[in-house]
Amino acid sequence: MKTTVETRSRSARRQRRPRAVLPLLSGLLLLAGCSGDSPSALNPAGTGAARINGLWWLLFWISVVVFVEVMALLAWALVFRRGAARVRHGQPLRFVTIAGAAIPFVILVAVYGVGLRDLAALGAGPGRDALTVEVTGHKWWWEVRYPDASGATANEIHIPVGERVKVRLRTADVLHSFWVPQLMPKTDLIAGETRETWLEARKAGSYRGQCAEYCGTQHAHMAFLVVAQSRAEFDAWLARLDAPARAPRTDAERRGQQAFVQGTCAACHSIRGTGAQGRVGPDLSNVGSRWSIGAGAVPNDAGHLGGWIANSQTVKPGNAMPPQPVDAARLPDLIAYLRSLE
Amino acid sequence: MTDRGGVVAAATGAEALTTELPVGRPTGWWGMVMFVATEATLFACLLGSYFYLRFQYGPQWPPPGIEDPTLLKPLVMTAILVPSSLPVMWAERGIRHGQRRRLRLGMAATLLMGTTFLLLQGTEYDEKLHMFSLTTNAYGSLFYVITGFHGLHVLVGLTMIGWLLVASLRGGSFGAHRHDRVRNVAIYWHFVDTVWVAILFTIYLSPRL
Amino acid sequence: MSTTTGTPPGVGRDDLERLTEHWEEPRSLRAWFTTVDHKKIGRRYLVTAGFFFALAGLGALTMRTQLARPEAEVLSPQEYNQLFTMHGTAMIFLFATPMLFGFGNFLVPLMIGSRDMAFPRLNAFGYWVFLFAGLFMWASLPFGAAPNNGWFAYAPLNDVRNNPGLHMDVYALGLLFLGISTTAGAINFIVTALKLRAPGMSLNRVPLFVWAIVATAFMVIFALPALNTDNALLFLDRRFGAHFFDPSHGGNVLLWQHLFWIFGHPDVYIIVMPALGIVSAVLPAFTRRGVVGYPLIVLAIVAISIISFGVWVHHMFATGLPQLSYSFFSAASTIITIPSGIQIFAWLATMLLGRLVLRAPLLFVIGFIVTFVLGGFTGAMFALTAFDQQVTDSYFVVAHFHYVLVGGAVFPILAGIYYWLPKMTGRMYHEGLARWAFWLFFTGMHVTFFPMHLYGLFGMPRRVYTYRGDLGWNGWNLVSTIGAYLLAVSLLLVLIGVVHAVRRGRPAPADPWDGDSLEWSTASPPEPYNFPVIPQVHSLHPAWDERTVESTSSGATEDRILSHGRRTLFTSELDARPERAVRMPEPTFKPLVLAGALLVFFVAMLLAWYPVAVAAVAAVAATVAAWLWPTRRPDEELGVAS
Repeated sequence: MKTTVETRSRSARRQRRPRAVLPLLSGLLLLAGCSGDSPSALNPAGTGAARINGLWWLLFWISVVVFVEVMALLAWALVFRRGAARVRHGQPLRFVTIAGAAIPFVILVAVYGVGLRDLAALGAGPGRDALTVEVTGHKWWWEVRYPDASGATANEIHIPVGERVKVRLRTADVLHSFWVPQLMPKTDLIAGETRETWLEARKAGSYRGQCAEYCGTQHAHMAFLVVAQSRAEFDAWLARLDAPARAPRTDAERRGQQAFVQGTCAACHSIRGTGAQGRVGPDLSNVGSRWSIGAGAVPNDAGHLGGWIANSQTVKPGNAMPPQPVDAARLPDLIAYLRSLE
Repeated sequence: MTDRGGVVAAATGAEALTTELPVGRPTGWWGMVMFVATEATLFACLLGSYFYLRFQYGPQWPPPGIEDPTLLKPLVMTAILVPSSLPVMWAERGIRHGQRRRLRLGMAATLLMGTTFLLLQGTEYDEKLHMFSLTTNAYGSLFYVITGFHGLHVLVGLTMIGWLLVASLRGGSFGAHRHDRVRNVAIYWHFVDTVWVAILFTIYLSPRL
Repeated sequence: MSTTTGTPPGVGRDDLERLTEHWEEPRSLRAWFTTVDHKKIGRRYLVTAGFFFALAGLGALTMRTQLARPEAEVLSPQEYNQLFTMHGTAMIFLFATPMLFGFGNFLVPLMIGSRDMAFPRLNAFGYWVFLFAGLFMWASLPFGAAPNNGWFAYAPLNDVRNNPGLHMDVYALGLLFLGISTTAGAINFIVTALKLRAPGMSLNRVPLFVWAIVATAFMVIFALPALNTDNALLFLDRRFGAHFFDPSHGGNVLLWQHLFWIFGHPDVYIIVMPALGIVSAVLPAFTRRGVVGYPLIVLAIVAISIISFGVWVHHMFATGLPQLSYSFFSAASTIITIPSGIQIFAWLATMLLGRLVLRAPLLFVIGFIVTFVLGGFTGAMFALTAFDQQVTDSYFVVAHFHYVLVGGAVFPILAGIYYWLPKMTGRMYHEGLARWAFWLFFTGMHVTFFPMHLYGLFGMPRRVYTYRGDLGWNGWNLVSTIGAYLLAVSLLLVLIGVVHAVRRGRPAPADPWDGDSLEWSTASPPEPYNFPVIPQVHSLHPAWDERTVESTSSGATEDRILSHGRRTLFTSELDARPERAVRMPEPTFKPLVLAGALLVFFVAMLLAWYPVAVAAVAAVAATVAAWLWPTRRPDEELGVAS
């Protein structure tokens, strides 16, 4: 499997070489496609996305060739066939049948074959004993669990690099779609059913994913991050997900924990090893280490966290968390505690 | 109404008598056939939804708590509705030969049979509602919506037939040369009957297969 | 009425006077509400659809303004979601199809040499329903209650728990209401084309535009019921507690998608097919020859309308259905591009063998070919399941369907507007203004939508009201927004061009283009009776055919003049042999009353005033009963035996 993938991407690279022919188009595609932070499908880092990338360049170049041909015919007509006299001759049915049906048929059959092969490759999931991630879509965040860990995290999926990881997809409410452009095409989350896909990152790094099926008010803010790391790092991370949350160390953190557990927070959120066991919102046991707040709405820093707690409706209007009546004096403690949870 | 004045004058001219003799299919016939085609597709979608939900649901159908539908009453209903097309055909053939009486009698007979069908359906609902309703589950929704939608069509068909009956009782409405409306209503009624057979099979027989 | 043509030879002055007496409608308010003239109704369809197009376009412009920069706050998410839903819903249902039905209404009777549609009153009824349904849907926007779930409104986000308020009730009821109009129009087109063709216009002489309209109408007949079923079930779920789409009670959310796309994919062709018909109709005049490969194009039209019913699952390639079914639907979706390829190459061949006259309509046709071909490429890409899974629901698919629909429908519609404006209004448009409009539109189209391919590939999902600034999408989004403003300016120029033509344009001759089809053989604008003499058709290009032209002048015969009474001719379905002359209905208020009663019904259902709804149903039944009530005739005329 691996070798075919490599020849495929080599051939894709070969196909990209005649870029000088059409510098404009390819330049456009390349420009932002490979720029640093873009979650571009044309900058694949996973086995699935790499296959589609190869398929794309094949389709792209076929399209370019056919388009040039059609434009040439059009230009020929425009330049050489001007006039006003009525024409009575010519029914070139053979030309229309060959150029409009026979040649496209051959191209399409070939392309269909390639596409079918890629579809089969995407369908070849990991083995039965592969690592499994349970992902549940909520309006508008992703709950992430591992069968081997008691805890849950949100909007962040850690996987070991170079391994094919099974992802089991469910939704708690409406349809969502699981999409990490650089790793794997989409799979929808269907209400009342379970779907499966897989991820395989070829190199370590963070890959942005986002809900791709319209799911209501905050569909725009339902992003997540796939963190591909070495097996050792991953194992350590998973072990922390199984253990109780980090205990508070400073007075401020202790006061923050108390405020959290005794206040309204615990009604919806849980933190492992504390009295907070709410199941409505995301588990916050490792919230301090996460890449963002509100599923990609804002960066995870003290200022944004405070703003979110006070009134998340100004940050992500329509989300399920009402403005919190937190005592202004307690807010810094709460922030300190949550930021300490790594 | 505005469109009366010229009509009688134009229609009683000698030319009208010769040119309005039926030659070829009239537009109304095609219109009704197309309308029935789109309505039939609508029923096909509903019945397709029934089978889709059934096979997505799981092995037990109807769902637990709902018994298999009993057959006696629907078969009686079938035995009333399907033959109700016969008087329509008889009436249509009659008016084609200018026999106004056959049209009146046939329409009256169909009206009676169709109404009996609806009354029986009412008692059927009365029974079933003790067991499940539209809001019980998807099965209940399918049962009432499919049979109810068909019942609505029977009602519309009966309205048309009642309308024909009233028009034919007035006199001066239909005859050997003018019976497009009779033919169109007949097409619709045959359609309503035929669809019932598909519904009988889907709702009442298929759970037993 | 215009009198640009004198008395045609072969028709007596008294014949013309009688025709005018029987067909002309007075210029009064009453006549405005009672008209059954297909030309007036067709023009109303065009103007009304144009109005809804403007509304939906302004919505798009607002959205593009919001998306010009990352994290902009021009619109709230709730507003944005209503706008993008109304944009799609209105463009598909209230603009594209009614606009093309408008062309069909105006043109089909003229192209087939008839004096009206088969059911003129049904035609008027269809227009009023379209108008009321459109207003019904748009009126929800100022109340903040517009549909907000995307134009395909997936379950379970459309249910009452996830989406309280009237939003999706407006959607379900509005589309059911509109469906009545579309179905009525479709039946009317089919029957008109079957029975009202001029004598001699056998099937192999039917203009391609009429073929396209009829094929479209057949697709409507068999596709629209799926949408109607879907929306009826949705409304029952929402309002009366049924469970069709509720998995917790045995329902299934994918049922919605199946039914929707069984309608939805044919609907793409319902939109594009008549537009392709416009292309086939416009080309002969500007290439100075008939379109190459008439039988091939007819075959392509028929093939598309059948295959389009077997490809719906390609809209569901990411829902995780079995791979085997994906392989099948992928193959069908690949194959369906071939009939379109045949048409494209037939048009190219026509241009290569013809003599081009580069006027505005031809410019728009060329713009169509360039754009539609690009949309076709991405369409073929989407047929491949694996590729589809990567780019569906991203901006790549937004780019794709705008290339197909703007390319495949709006370009031809604009070509059609310039081409037939002289026929519809009796006035010529300003060529320079039209050329400006074309170049701005062409540029705006590609500047707006081409970048969407890119940021779609770069990972931007569709239907997001905003995006973060660090993802490499900013620049291209700004480019798209600039393009959207260019598009707006170009369409404003089109509007100015039309208004200018109507107000100031020089009078148009009957046939300014030397066109090939029958509408060019009568006055601009046509008299209320369309043709003083119904032509006897002898070829596929009747207006270029001397024998056909002669049949309306020196060869005119009484059985084709039919000046006694408001009459036209029925012919046989296949060969168009004359069958009989028939009387056509007079103007009447009933279509308006019936549509009004339906409006009351749908408003009452929306607001849960059920007694009012029942009363409205009674009014509907009474109006229909009165409408069809048979005229009283003497027994000897009826042929009564007993």
